[in-house]
Amino acid sequence: MFLHRHPRLIPYLLLLPGILFLVVFFLVPMYYLGFTSLQSGDLFAGYRFTWAWDNYRDAFTLYEGHFLRSLQYAGLATLFAFVISYPLAYWIAFRGGRWKNLLLLLVIAPFFVTYLIRTLAWKTILADQGIVVDVLRALHLVGEDGRLLATTTAVVAGITYNYLPFMALPLYVSLEQIDTRLIEAAEDLYASSVRAFLRVTLPLSLPGIFAGTLLTFIPAAGDFINAELLGTPRQLMIGNVIQSQFKEVADYPQAAALSFVLMAGILLLVLLYARAVGSERATRTAA
Amino acid sequence: MSVAAERLPAPRRVGASARAWAAIRRHTLTVFALLALVYLLLPIAIVIAFSFNDPPGRFNFTWNEFTLDNWTRPFGFPGLRDSVVLSLEVAALSSIVATILGTLIALALVRYDFRGRASTNLLIFLPMATPEIVMGSSLLTLFLNYGFPLGFTTILLAHVMFNISFVVVTVRARLAGFDRHLEEAAMDLFATPWNTFRRVTFPLIAPGVIAGGLLAFALSVDDFVITYLVSGSEQTFPLFVWGAARVAVPPQINVIGTAIFLVALLLMLANILWQWRRADR
Repeated sequence: MFLHRHPRLIPYLLLLPGILFLVVFFLVPMYYLGFTSLQSGDLFAGYRFTWAWDNYRDAFTLYEGHFLRSLQYAGLATLFAFVISYPLAYWIAFRGGRWKNLLLLLVIAPFFVTYLIRTLAWKTILADQGIVVDVLRALHLVGEDGRLLATTTAVVAGITYNYLPFMALPLYVSLEQIDTRLIEAAEDLYASSVRAFLRVTLPLSLPGIFAGTLLTFIPAAGDFINAELLGTPRQLMIGNVIQSQFKEVADYPQAAALSFVLMAGILLLVLLYARAVGSERATRTAA
Repeated sequence: MSVAAERLPAPRRVGASARAWAAIRRHTLTVFALLALVYLLLPIAIVIAFSFNDPPGRFNFTWNEFTLDNWTRPFGFPGLRDSVVLSLEVAALSSIVATILGTLIALALVRYDFRGRASTNLLIFLPMATPEIVMGSSLLTLFLNYGFPLGFTTILLAHVMFNISFVVVTVRARLAGFDRHLEEAAMDLFATPWNTFRRVTFPLIAPGVIAGGLLAFALSVDDFVITYLVSGSEQTFPLFVWGAARVAVPPQINVIGTAIFLVALLLMLANILWQWRRADR
């Protein structure tokens, strides 16, 4: 048989269909995204490739605010998700015992409810007559006519909620792998438990922190559902602009340029971040 | 093993106050973790509770009255049934195709040494690290430039694309402990390659393949952003919710959402129980 004589070809044959699919429907479209972003024209006459760098100038001048807001919201949501997830992941990893898997199931349970539906549920929770607003009013944390819905707080809270499991899971995985004897050893050597945590546990969970922040930040920066459902036009993010340029305005070149800038910007941030953390250190235990 | 035994008996400095401090700290963590779980689960409880609501108007946002009507007529809203059927069709087809393609890639990555492994890994990783809106826009520009009609086919192609990577990662994780000697033993006993695969390899990798397939199915049913961009005039269930949200939020949406949640939860629970039984043996 052919394969018996050429066993080296087997892995390539296994890879071929799937990789070909990804090349055609992931890599090639990226080329067309760039290609479209340099077109000009209008929907009725058709768009033609004209090296229209103006689309990029407009992307920065007209939509600078939306880009900055996206980065800000995504950054805040990533921070909040980390602050909420780390103790939770720590608790499950070190105190979960036999119930670990069940507790993890609770952590990812939101994923089983359709994204849009769980975001709509936040509309009920944060509603003007809802219990959260009532409590905050009673505590005078918001004014008598203060509200949560249609504010920046609501949008950031929604994003935090929707991507939290992406933060909690990698944190859990890296914490769960820690050999608890290392922590005990530090404490035996008279490190206070705070010191043991800072010098042993936290550095060892770095790969999880790295993966978790990326998995949260990247989709959060491109999100537009939370801003649309929980915010007002003043909370619109770059994702909202891209989707409306594609679906409503039908200015494809402008939308493509915005998408391209978003992708390039995120790629740049990820590289800088990897460098700061030390990608070698961050990915070591993932292997 | 003997680490705990070798630990010094409780250090002298531990007094009542230190013990109280330790207790507070211990419980602070537990209380915090439980609060975090409440935060995660509260919206789910709302979704389920409001599937039994009889909303006062078109928007199912405020509680009015308990009713079972929504559950007895889950498709009692125009267009809802079609969107659910489309979602299930797309999810079934795309998860099957993605599972096959992804499993083959995972097999190659785990079992063979070959040139180009690093770039293959990168290509698998990239779709998971790209914002959905970018993937959706780029696919849309591809289809637009070729004048390819948007609809069922483009939705299906998009779903297979974003599912492949997740299947590869899931199957690869389960394959990592795979013992190749078992296959070699079968071959030594004169099994044909096909029989070896059918009787030895596949049963060993089946749990990973099933897990990957289920994940792909779930991701497909839930996807909104990419589908929205490449769907043309077709409507999957999430798109239906999006379209409806502007003019009305019927409680039937919560019924379907709750049903999807329960099915996924039951499958995951079955998986955990299965793992417990395997661990006990």
